[in-house]
Amino acid sequence: MIIEAHDVSIRYILGDFKDIGVKEYVLRRIKRNYQVREFWAVDGVSFSLERGDMLGIIGSNGAGKSTLLKAVTGIMVPTKGWVKVNGTIAALLELASGFDGDLTVRENTYLRGALLGYTRKFMNEKYEEIIDFSGLQEFQDRPFKQLSSGMKSRLAFSIACLVKPDILILDEVLSVGDGAFRKKSEEKMMEIIHGGATTILVSHLLEQVRSMCNKVLWLDHGKQIAFGETQELCDRYEEFLKKKR
Amino acid sequence: MLQKMRKYQFLFEELVKRDFKKKYKRTVLGMFWSVLSPLLMLLVMSLVFTQFFGRSTPHYTIYLFCGQLVFSYFTDATNSGMSSLMDNSAVFSKINVPKYMFLLSKNVSSFINFCLTLVVFFVFVAIDGIPFRWTFLLLLYPIGCLVVFNIGMGLILSALFMIFKDIQYLYTVVTQVIMYFSAIFYNIEAFALHIRYLFYLNPIFVYIRYFRKIVIDNDIPEPSFHLLCAFYALAVLLIGGFIYKKYNYKFFVLCMRWHRNDN
Repeated sequence: MIIEAHDVSIRYILGDFKDIGVKEYVLRRIKRNYQVREFWAVDGVSFSLERGDMLGIIGSNGAGKSTLLKAVTGIMVPTKGWVKVNGTIAALLELASGFDGDLTVRENTYLRGALLGYTRKFMNEKYEEIIDFSGLQEFQDRPFKQLSSGMKSRLAFSIACLVKPDILILDEVLSVGDGAFRKKSEEKMMEIIHGGATTILVSHLLEQVRSMCNKVLWLDHGKQIAFGETQELCDRYEEFLKKKR
Repeated sequence: MLQKMRKYQFLFEELVKRDFKKKYKRTVLGMFWSVLSPLLMLLVMSLVFTQFFGRSTPHYTIYLFCGQLVFSYFTDATNSGMSSLMDNSAVFSKINVPKYMFLLSKNVSSFINFCLTLVVFFVFVAIDGIPFRWTFLLLLYPIGCLVVFNIGMGLILSALFMIFKDIQYLYTVVTQVIMYFSAIFYNIEAFALHIRYLFYLNPIFVYIRYFRKIVIDNDIPEPSFHLLCAFYALAVLLIGGFIYKKYNYKFFVLCMRWHRNDN
């Protein structure tokens, strides 16, 4: 078992706690009108994936898909339940953010590598390859803020994907950047997927899910509607969408 | 623990490098300035206060410098520590990484700054005609306590800052109060004995006091004084660690909601 999720539930708190300062907080506490609401973004989701599986997560906006991915990557810890993961993860989530505009491209590459848990030795070996792949040779010593957003995601993709991850997590991205890089990045992802990695894909394109995934998880308002065979679930989901209209 | 440290060593080094570069913005004056600014403050204070307090306090410039040295390290480390989580929230909401690393690396920058000022301090000590004694090595003890104390404060403040945005302004007031109760430019001998004891409730005063005892009074503090130093440092670290553990994964939820609001 590569990934096993059991009864995963994640609770968010909404309400007064944000955007009020300390003073307001203390006042409301004294007056007893401090209110927080709870909201389960993910509620009792269970699934398990074997090596080489490709899971598609489907559901409308706000179904808890992205939140579930954050629990799998370990960024968040479930309020209830647990996720067990065996292997290294490469997660392509909102890639281009989190870089530092003041540092150079080279410095950012090393920093991102360090954040992803690579070693210095590995980065020294792979640095050239990363820069070549992203096509940013001329920008190596330029400040990162001078890069276009397409270039930023190209670099982020190259750093995240040049390891051979056991698990690949894709949030609505199957390709990055423009023209030539789109093709290159897609090829790279396919190489990882066909190389035996376990993949999780969040997608709104049912055709894509049908053609690529062998398992599907259907979420709605945080609840798990179903987990199982692709074709059957996609048919049910399509019907569900038609009824809604 | 050791394995963990080795695992995160590369990350730690890269973060320290980043914070250092950003702080000094690659300018020559940058690093120079961070030493110069406490010195200018010292100059102003000695110009103004020597008239009032200088006559009753021997080595008054060094007396001031001890206070300024400890206090400016404290404010620098805690203020930069406070924003360390918020500044990096875009990173740790996407990459699974231990968040305390961001705080530690900020603390390293402040500590390097402190060490530079410390060198200048010893130059002043030499100029003032105070002989160097082996007991100066004991200063490593309050410095160690101060490092731990600042990290603890950073843990508390950075967590609070994620929840309450206005904690920044309140903390400015708090540091002002601490400054006036740290006897940086005056001597507590002017107070009645039972009031003097109240000053020991202020950890910063205690650390400054240790410096002065060693450097100016040529006196080794009592064991109970050492215990007090360690007590403050460990107590704050413990509270900070507890808060960090409790809110570790809630930070993420907090900042994520903000990012959504921003869009």
